[in-house]
Amino acid sequence: MKIGVFVCHCGSNIAGTVDVKAVADQARTLPEVVFASDTMYACSEPGQEGIIEAIKEHGLDGVVVASCTPRMHEPTFRRTLERAGLNRYMFEMANIREHVSWIGKDIEANTRKAVDLVAMAAAKLTHDKGLTSKKFSVNKRVMVIGGGVAGIQAALDCADGGLEVVLVEKTPSIGGKMSKLDKTFPTIDCSSCILGPKMVDIAQHPNITLYASSEVSGLKGYVGNFEVTVTNKASYVDWDACTGCGLCMEKCPSKKSRDVFNEEIGTTTAINIPFPQAIPRKASIDPEYCLKLTKGKCGVCEKLCPTKAIRFDQVDREVVESVGAIVVATGYDLFDHTRYGEYGGGRYADVITSMQYERLLSASGPTGGHIKRPSDGREPENIVFIQCVGSRDKSVGRPYCSGFCCMYTAKQAILTKDHLPESQSYVFYMDIRAPGKMYDEFTRRAMEDYGAKYIRGRVSMIHPKGGRYVVRGADTLMGTAVEIEADLVVLAVGAESAKGAPQLAEKLRISYDAYGFYMESHPKLRPVETNTAGVYLAGACQGPKDIPSSVGQGSAAAAKVLALFSKDQVESDPQISEVDIKRCVGCGKCIETCPYSAIEAIDFRGEPKASVIETICQGCGICTSTCPQGAIQLQHFTDNQILAEVNVLCQQSMQQNYE
Amino acid sequence: MSAVDATELRIVGFLCNWCSYGGADTAGVGRFQQPTDLRIIRVPCSGRIDPLFVVKSLINGADGVLVSGCHPRDCHYSEGNFYARRRLEVLKKFLPILGIDHRRFEYTWVSASEGQKWKTVVSTFTEHIHQLGPAPKINREALVLARTLAAKAV
Ligand SMILES: Cc1cc2nc3c(=O)[nH]c(=O)nc-3n(C[C@H](O)[C@H](O)[C@H](O)COP(=O)(O)OP(=O)(O)OC[C@H]3O[C@@H](n4cnc5c(N)ncnc54)[C@H](O)[C@@H]3O)c2cc1C
Ligand code: SF4
Ligand code: SF4
Repeated sequence: MKIGVFVCHCGSNIAGTVDVKAVADQARTLPEVVFASDTMYACSEPGQEGIIEAIKEHGLDGVVVASCTPRMHEPTFRRTLERAGLNRYMFEMANIREHVSWIGKDIEANTRKAVDLVAMAAAKLTHDKGLTSKKFSVNKRVMVIGGGVAGIQAALDCADGGLEVVLVEKTPSIGGKMSKLDKTFPTIDCSSCILGPKMVDIAQHPNITLYASSEVSGLKGYVGNFEVTVTNKASYVDWDACTGCGLCMEKCPSKKSRDVFNEEIGTTTAINIPFPQAIPRKASIDPEYCLKLTKGKCGVCEKLCPTKAIRFDQVDREVVESVGAIVVATGYDLFDHTRYGEYGGGRYADVITSMQYERLLSASGPTGGHIKRPSDGREPENIVFIQCVGSRDKSVGRPYCSGFCCMYTAKQAILTKDHLPESQSYVFYMDIRAPGKMYDEFTRRAMEDYGAKYIRGRVSMIHPKGGRYVVRGADTLMGTAVEIEADLVVLAVGAESAKGAPQLAEKLRISYDAYGFYMESHPKLRPVETNTAGVYLAGACQGPKDIPSSVGQGSAAAAKVLALFSKDQVESDPQISEVDIKRCVGCGKCIETCPYSAIEAIDFRGEPKASVIETICQGCGICTSTCPQGAIQLQHFTDNQILAEVNVLCQQSMQQNYE
Repeated sequence: MSAVDATELRIVGFLCNWCSYGGADTAGVGRFQQPTDLRIIRVPCSGRIDPLFVVKSLINGADGVLVSGCHPRDCHYSEGNFYARRRLEVLKKFLPILGIDHRRFEYTWVSASEGQKWKTVVSTFTEHIHQLGPAPKINREALVLARTLAAKAV
């Protein structure tokens, strides 16, 4: 093999503390190295041209570049090799910048280390093989999981881009949290006026299939060719027949069912349409409260329904959908404030959550948009808002900032003044975090134009006193204790990951952080991609996010899907495992350990053997270190390749140590 | 003598591409000065690290071996580091059987953002190996025995 070595100065970044000429000289003495030189900027246009020239002139079979981290320029140089007609995997990089020149000042020691790293790379290169990617066709359908505003945006953008979209929503209607909001910051425009039309678009779009009351229960396949199992929960109503007329709701005698849409302020009928603008506008029966399903009596709705849509015997049903990409937009859940005993732990009727307050403010809410105390229906005069309930609090395991509570609290204080001009709002806060466009101005307006009194400090205690509540806290700016008598207390509950998020992540083979939020591929440069090819993220499932950012991510995820599907075929990464069928004894250990189920058992002339499914293998190599036979080898990181590096490093010292 | 002033020893590092290699890069970008003894071998996942790589390095004369991967639950390949943890823990117990001082081998978890932590890990481990001094000289019989053992284990 003929190897060429190029040692980069990186201006003075490397040359400042490494004798690059000496490294190149030493490299020339290595076995199989026929050419070595130093170059000012290897990654620059002239630098790359120099490599191409040398490849042609010296007939090189492989190239080592000693420069920066491969995480930066490995793809660049692989392309360079390709331009010179070599296979792009006949390339190795020695990281002599991040791992050498930048972390040590001793030129001699650095140079020795750089020489070693080059020798290791060259040794590995002698075992490298040219690899070729396989191409496979993609199924240009996309599944969006979660029908909040992020999922809705992603679905509409994909559908408008000409893709077939399957939207899966866990609850009976799409809309997510935004559909429950009254007005939205920082423009105070009506939430359902901007979301409603989009929801209708989902229902009417010819390219979109909507599964409501459904969840993903299984996933097989890989980018371009996923098979997703969707479980559709029984609604006890035939949705093809139901017209959403609502007659059944009017007559249902069971009126104690949980009103989830109204955050359980009040109750609803056992058969119900979750809210008037629901999409799909279909009725479902709550089996816990239906008299027919629990006691075998009643059946009023069945008799009344003009289209005969009631099906008491309906069961959950599974559908399998084939798609090429998946957008996850499962949003967030709200912190359970009952964990704060000092705020009443959920026992005080007039200490409510911010989302419940949104419902009280909303004209379509349980009070018709009148702010009334849940306990006695009286209009409150003093309203206390407490921020950071389940945010920035290590003691409840939520050390992070939920991002949008400062803003929605300011919004709610503004709306309160609009509804009740005589009222006085107090806001207990830790810091005001309002970094969006027009956000800081907005929170100032709440204070200056709407007279909300902002008090910096945490509330230590709430206790009831004669039909009111005493809210006791500290004003850390004044350095005094404060007590306010409130008629209503609104807790700005923080965001946490959606229930079941880790379980879904495990099905989708994507990772999540310590709090259950999904992890993006790169926090800055790949914010909507996951490390599983073909699975993208949008909205608050990745971390707390307000509506503008969620919508932005929805569109970004759609753009990624459209880009993926713009080609008829996608290329696979050839750095995957390969089974040496002669060595494989068919024990199946690799099959058990592979986290991606990328290995299948096959029958080879009557004997069981392992076989890697190329398109699923992600190239982790766990199988390779598992196989007792050394039969399954991760290409480009084979045992021989890694041991070649070990040998170069240790041989020297072994000779010294060896008697 | 501290690691920085002493003659360099031979320390091999096996690092996963996504977290620890990234962490070492972050330490570089942050210009966190470290002793120069360690040489890093990049692998995709800590789960790719066959304990025999460690054994082979030590038998071949390395004075120390450091393995580092993503924090448990943070693995790019969802669970590779759990496999790694189990294997490396067993290896730690097994090294004395081969006649190797188990203190010459250590494994850690460092994420791509933890440049400062990487500096600390490298400095501490290097210092530690310097305290142990160069690996003891190996005689021919011991080497042959170790080789056969290793070959059998493959
Ligand atoms: C009180 C309050 C007021 C707010 N006011 C504002 C405001 O004025 N302006 C603003 O910009 N932001 C506001 N926000 C923030 C806003 O709610 C979020 O930015 C937005 O809802 C995020 O949208 P999403 O689609 O990512 O998530 P979500 O709205 O949570 O939607 C996620 C959807 O996915 C579904 N789902 C979950 N898990 C699954 C699963 N496993 N399978 C299928 N479906 C699933 C859920 O049922 C839901 O429909 C407010 C938040 C609160 C709490
Ligand atoms: S672990 Fe190795 S021998 Fe066992 S089935 Fe897999 S490849 Fe074959
Ligand atoms: S390299 Fe990883 S993903 Fe590929 S087959 Fe082996 S264990 Fe599975």
